[in-house]
Amino acid sequence: MSTPTPLLQVEDLKKHFAVPSGPFRPRNWLRAVDGVSFDIARGETLSLVGESGCGKSTVGRTILRLLPPTSGRLTLDGQRIDTLPQSQMRLLRKRMQVVFQDPFSSLNPRMTVRGILADPMINFGLVRSRAEIDARVATLLDKVRLPADAARRYPHEFSGGQRQRISIARALAPGADLIVCDEAVSALDVSVKAQIVNLLSDLQAELGLALLFISHDLAIVEHMTHRVAVMYLGKIVEIADRRTLFSRPRHPYTRALLSAVPVPDPKAKRQRIVLTGDVPSPLNPPSGCAFHTRCPYAFDRCRVEGPALRPRASGQLAACHLDDLPPV
Amino acid sequence: MSTVEHSEADRGACFAAAPQLPDVHPPQRIRGRFASFAFQHPTIVVGAVLLVLVMGCAAFAPLLGTVDPGAVSPARRTRVPSEAYWFGTDMLGRDVYSRVLYGARVSLIVGLSVAILSSVIGVFIGLVAGFVRPLDAIIMRATDAMMSIPSILLAIALMALSRGSVQNVILAITVAEIPRVTRLVRGVVLSLREQPYVEAAVAAGARTPKIIRQCILPNTLAPITVQATYICASAMITEAILSFIGAGTPTSIPSWGNIMAEGRAIWQVKPYIVFFPAVFLSITVLAVNLLGDGLRDALDPRSAKRI
Repeated sequence: MSTPTPLLQVEDLKKHFAVPSGPFRPRNWLRAVDGVSFDIARGETLSLVGESGCGKSTVGRTILRLLPPTSGRLTLDGQRIDTLPQSQMRLLRKRMQVVFQDPFSSLNPRMTVRGILADPMINFGLVRSRAEIDARVATLLDKVRLPADAARRYPHEFSGGQRQRISIARALAPGADLIVCDEAVSALDVSVKAQIVNLLSDLQAELGLALLFISHDLAIVEHMTHRVAVMYLGKIVEIADRRTLFSRPRHPYTRALLSAVPVPDPKAKRQRIVLTGDVPSPLNPPSGCAFHTRCPYAFDRCRVEGPALRPRASGQLAACHLDDLPPV
Repeated sequence: MSTVEHSEADRGACFAAAPQLPDVHPPQRIRGRFASFAFQHPTIVVGAVLLVLVMGCAAFAPLLGTVDPGAVSPARRTRVPSEAYWFGTDMLGRDVYSRVLYGARVSLIVGLSVAILSSVIGVFIGLVAGFVRPLDAIIMRATDAMMSIPSILLAIALMALSRGSVQNVILAITVAEIPRVTRLVRGVVLSLREQPYVEAAVAAGARTPKIIRQCILPNTLAPITVQATYICASAMITEAILSFIGAGTPTSIPSWGNIMAEGRAIWQVKPYIVFFPAVFLSITVLAVNLLGDGLRDALDPRSAKRI
């Protein structure tokens, strides 16, 4: 489980967006992230999974301070970063980098690959000469398995998978300890996806990187993660190490998500748990447990009292009033 | 155009492969880079050529058989176009050809100055509005207020407050055009700020000035260039209107607007005094608009092959 000083500690993180309403009406708040806590150890991969709109990307962007948190504590290596002014935060950014989903819009089309990779090194004052930049760019390109002549070219000359390698190289450039991969492989073909996931795993082993892997694709997550946190409507409903979560989910939402993972065997018998209805609006979340509107096991208590994340015998934390799920 | 080798296609057919398509690229040795650009964007070329011609007329007016455009000779007034007076003479006997050529200077200077000034100022205010959120609402309401006044009326009002001179005309039209550029730039900035590569630049430790220089400004250049050509065209028309109603360029300096204004009284009997400056104005505005349309197509990221 967690080491004495985790690399990143997130405690009760909240991010609410003000939604404009009429001029004389009170503002509505969209609770994109509503009290999320977890921590990531050095060299560990934590996956954040959930449906689209559940707030997982907002968690990533708030941790990076690309969005200011509404409340909560963020601690990077023992230092609180949620209250740091932007000027000090800027220098800490070299320790936390990001790889975005869309490989086509996450690279500046007017800069060469060399310029893109050199940028963070120059911004953080990590290099002194052109020769040093060239040497480090060459090393980075080699790390992500791109040819050395890629440095002179522009992003539009590369395929989606290659661009994602460039994004990864940019994230590695300042020597980050933590990389937030925000749906980093979701836009790629299956075969390319596997290459990028393998590359990330190799880099993690080589450099001791911690990864926050935000994804909706449980099949990919199962291959590369150490731990998984499942989000629903701005809250973590279950967090566990991979083996436990995939073999013994304790939250009905996790179980439904797992049952939706396609199995590449046409003869395999699957018991799909089909959830009815849609995800409720985070503008007006349901009372009690946010999942009770779709939960097959919901009972009276669920409608009034929101369950807290509590430890289970099998080792995970789950936010459900039931101690164990009934068999399907 | 290149010919298709039919035997190639026949041979390929037995393998049921994709048919060989004819080579649609023009042979490289005939068409150079410039020629192929001209071929793809004829409007740019036509607009640029016309504009260069008018600019040449303005710049080399003294060398193109003109006389002093202000020299009056009452004995030779309202002559029809002839070999001596190519565009005829006006009510004071001044040579209309000379006046039209010298008038091109005023129109071009006003058009270009307004385009450049309003773009520079508009880009600055637009960047402030896009980056300093608290100021955004204030700036935008101010531009709304200014845009609610037709720009020609605003220019007339500003001219009424000042002395008639070319500089004041430029300033009056610039003030009226700035809100348009501001709105455009703000829109571009707000959409660019949401781009992942801008967020990535923030994550990569770039400071705001660098982000503006590296990510924002290069991408506003294309829409601003296009907008600037339209502003240039509309500024030339506004200048002509201001001069026509006597609120613009002083009569001592010939401009297409005031030449037309002076010819207006007798246009039914001597139409050429109005006709020639009007033709020049139309051609120049058309040239600038063609250039703008062509640039818009060429710089549109969806159709652009370069970037």
